[in-house]
Amino acid sequence: MEWNQYKAWELIGFLAKKEVSSREITESVLKRIEERKQINAYISVLKESALQAAAQTDEQYRTGQIDKKHLIAGIPIAVKDNICYKNNRTTCGSRILEQFIPPYNAFVINRILEHRGIIIGKTNMDEFAMGSSTETSFFGPTLNPADTGCIPGGSSGGSAAAVADSQAILGLGSDTGGSIRQPASLCGCVGMKPTYGLVSRFGLVAFASSLDQIGGFTRDVKDMSLLLNVIAGHDKKDSTSVDRPVPDYFSGIGQLNIKGIKIGIPREYFIEGMDKEIKERIEKVIKLLEKEGAIIEETSLPHTEYAVADYYIIAPAEASSNLARYDGVKYGYRSKSEESANNLIQMYFNTRKDGFGPEVKRRILLGTYSLSSGYYDAYYLKALKVRTLIKQDFEKAFKKFDVLLTPTSPTPAFRIGEKIKDPLQMYLSDIFTISTNMAGIPGISLPAGNNSKGLPVGVQLMAGPFEEKKLLQISYALEQIIKDKV
Amino acid sequence: MEYESVIGLEVHVQLNTKSKIFCNCSTQFGRTPNTNVCPVCMGLPGVLPVLNKEVLNKAVMAGLALNCTIADFSKFDRKQYFYPDLPKNYQVSQYDLPICIKGYVDIKTNSQSKRIGITRVHMEEDAGKLIHSEKPGSDFSLVDYNRTGVPLIEIVSEPDLSLPEEAVVYLNLLRNRLRYVAVSECNMEEGSLRCDANISIRPKGQKELGTKTEVKNMNSFKAVEKALKYEIKRQISAVEKKERIVQETRLWDSEKEVTISMRSKEEAHDYRYFPEPDLVPMVIDRQVIEGIKKNMPELPDLKAERYVKEFGLTHDDAEIITFEKEMALFYEECVKIHRNYKSVANWLRSEVMQYLNRNNKAITDMKDLKPANLAKLIKLVDDGIITGKIGKELVIEIIEKDIDPAVLIEKKGLKQVSDEGAIEKIVDEVIKENPDAVEKFKSGKTGILGFLVGQVMKKSQGKANPAIVNKLFEQKMK
Ligand SMILES: [Zn+2]
Repeated sequence: MEWNQYKAWELIGFLAKKEVSSREITESVLKRIEERKQINAYISVLKESALQAAAQTDEQYRTGQIDKKHLIAGIPIAVKDNICYKNNRTTCGSRILEQFIPPYNAFVINRILEHRGIIIGKTNMDEFAMGSSTETSFFGPTLNPADTGCIPGGSSGGSAAAVADSQAILGLGSDTGGSIRQPASLCGCVGMKPTYGLVSRFGLVAFASSLDQIGGFTRDVKDMSLLLNVIAGHDKKDSTSVDRPVPDYFSGIGQLNIKGIKIGIPREYFIEGMDKEIKERIEKVIKLLEKEGAIIEETSLPHTEYAVADYYIIAPAEASSNLARYDGVKYGYRSKSEESANNLIQMYFNTRKDGFGPEVKRRILLGTYSLSSGYYDAYYLKALKVRTLIKQDFEKAFKKFDVLLTPTSPTPAFRIGEKIKDPLQMYLSDIFTISTNMAGIPGISLPAGNNSKGLPVGVQLMAGPFEEKKLLQISYALEQIIKDKV
Repeated sequence: MEYESVIGLEVHVQLNTKSKIFCNCSTQFGRTPNTNVCPVCMGLPGVLPVLNKEVLNKAVMAGLALNCTIADFSKFDRKQYFYPDLPKNYQVSQYDLPICIKGYVDIKTNSQSKRIGITRVHMEEDAGKLIHSEKPGSDFSLVDYNRTGVPLIEIVSEPDLSLPEEAVVYLNLLRNRLRYVAVSECNMEEGSLRCDANISIRPKGQKELGTKTEVKNMNSFKAVEKALKYEIKRQISAVEKKERIVQETRLWDSEKEVTISMRSKEEAHDYRYFPEPDLVPMVIDRQVIEGIKKNMPELPDLKAERYVKEFGLTHDDAEIITFEKEMALFYEECVKIHRNYKSVANWLRSEVMQYLNRNNKAITDMKDLKPANLAKLIKLVDDGIITGKIGKELVIEIIEKDIDPAVLIEKKGLKQVSDEGAIEKIVDEVIKENPDAVEKFKSGKTGILGFLVGQVMKKSQGKANPAIVNKLFEQKMK
């Protein structure tokens, strides 16, 4: 087995015992990236700085400067290209930021560096995280490692593909409506969106501020616990970051007995016309859980059917405002046409016309419309009220259940180009993941084997706010059951 | 027909915090362009605002100084429009839940008091500054983002003002009160106080309001008065010519002294306000407000009341001395040294304030005027060491120079003479030289005494103690 195929927690053991060097791990990851270039998982591969950091970490291991508080020392991690990494370009998959180099680190980048993680590269994504297939990227689509004719999901398709394809050991993404869990499900890795406010958004280029949350991609639940230990915690620079003690998510993993755990199955997530094989697989998982002594009960989240519509009011509204700053005045792409040079308004028009792709423009228009005077009450204000109802559905459910279990995506990976011309079909890709963002609660997608065509299927678990520790423990138990039986 | 005007003012005041509203950048005025900036106030991708608590405190203080109710729950909103001086192309402001509401101030014009309502006070971030090249044919403009993110409060008045003069009195009062609680310098020339006005006219006695125009770009109190006068005249003459008043924004041209219509396209804004998702709403703790209230500097009306009670000043004196914070503080310093409260008040009102008015100066301009020097001078007069006349002659030197009046008197030999023997000699001389006057006095025309005393004062270069001079004359001419 190559070094790049191991999990982080395994590699950390090897590194501590000097059985491998960070340089060797990093080189094996870089080699894989090179070999699998056609996947297009990365926008920028940071070969030199990664090798340098690896060598430095090896030196620190050698001189005893690495200890237990450095949780991911020497481990290569892929970072979605909407997370600012100082002095490295951060494109958001957009032409308008093609050459943007932030002079600051995101909070999570500082955490990775403090823990001596090796940032291996910046991964591909749907432009400004708007999409479910990574096809809206200015840098071309990422291919699904399981079937290169298929999309990897999105918007964090690059990180999902990289981790699933051993082009990174760990990955970071952002999840606004399913952008971590859906590609994790479609690529066959673990993807988790933490509670809104658990991980600082400082340095994450905003799409929809009240929904965006940074989370991770890993190849198993243990690694996810490790990664969450690295990135979770209060940040004074993010007013929406919650100041509360963060538990150790890694310790105690594997100690929970699934027996007696109450798992709710919301009936709204098993819809007419959903993929038959997915439905069967999830039902099989449920049966196995029941056999192991989990208490399974059907339940209802009655406002689920409004979630997608609600999301497409709130997210574009915030996006239309967040993306207003890309105007060619201060940084990023500026139209150089003669017309633009002579007239400020024309410069704005042309810069944004050339700089943004069609999906981003569509959402800016949607959002601008719903915030316009005369429409605000009917759209945005109403959407906020519906959001509260969705949240209350979950609050009620979590009074009764430890977790809720659903499929992550209504379909497996679809063909490249299949839905890109049909935005409504594309938007439905996130039908099972959007509600957790609306409610601000944590959700995780775990691999549940492959379908008959070899495409990965994911199962989603959701828990109450800040219940990540419980969620990860139950996820671990479920992971073991699936590994043995599915 | 007779018309009356209705005026409402929107005043923007820069709060004098050390750092900006949402980042740690300095708010210092006049620095090299684009040096007081950081990723947050430049609106770079991925950065987030964090509210400077000092801004909230000062906004609350301002609200309290304007008799406002402080909201229990307040939030920030985004006001959206594209302009190069606005790095995010939205301004973080407050829309429907401002920090302070429903206040008032009482203004006095021609000794009549009038209550002006304050609709709201809200917090927001300032924009940057565009610098257009003066050279003809130049093809660029520059932006200075130093001011971006400097904290502002906007104070919106009810349309309770009816005359331009009232507007100026209101502005002065606002300025004084905000300076009292030390939340802003309120310097219109430096832009730390800016004022826009809404004006309409209506036939006298009519209830409903006429169509209003908004006048911007007035950069002094004088300009506000002139612009309002001009705009009222313009509206009246338009109405009299049967023209319709257009609701629009007009700019004051201080050179031509006219208001000019801005193209209506530029003001056809839909700001698409919505709650700022990057900042959490503020739940305002009553105890915190009580704390701010307790630690707040004394406001002018309370101070005046205290002066009446504690110092025995008349209401009129107390009000005039407390009108401006610096004058009141100066007074308080003086009376620490010389406890004749009334006398100090009189000297301030008559000598010092008159000097300032004559020279169009503020007390803060007089860097060498020291309360100790003035207090000592007044004490010298009150103690009879020098005459009031000499005191009044010396006061200008005390205002203009940092000089101890005792030293001044010594140098000039101006100490009052109270030695009866010395004065008697001069009195005898005067009696000898003016037999006619003495005769007149003796025949009952006692009014002539003033003339005789004056002669003594002349001979003594004003140093003779007038009380002793009078006494001696009366004894000698019985
Ligand atoms: Zn700043």
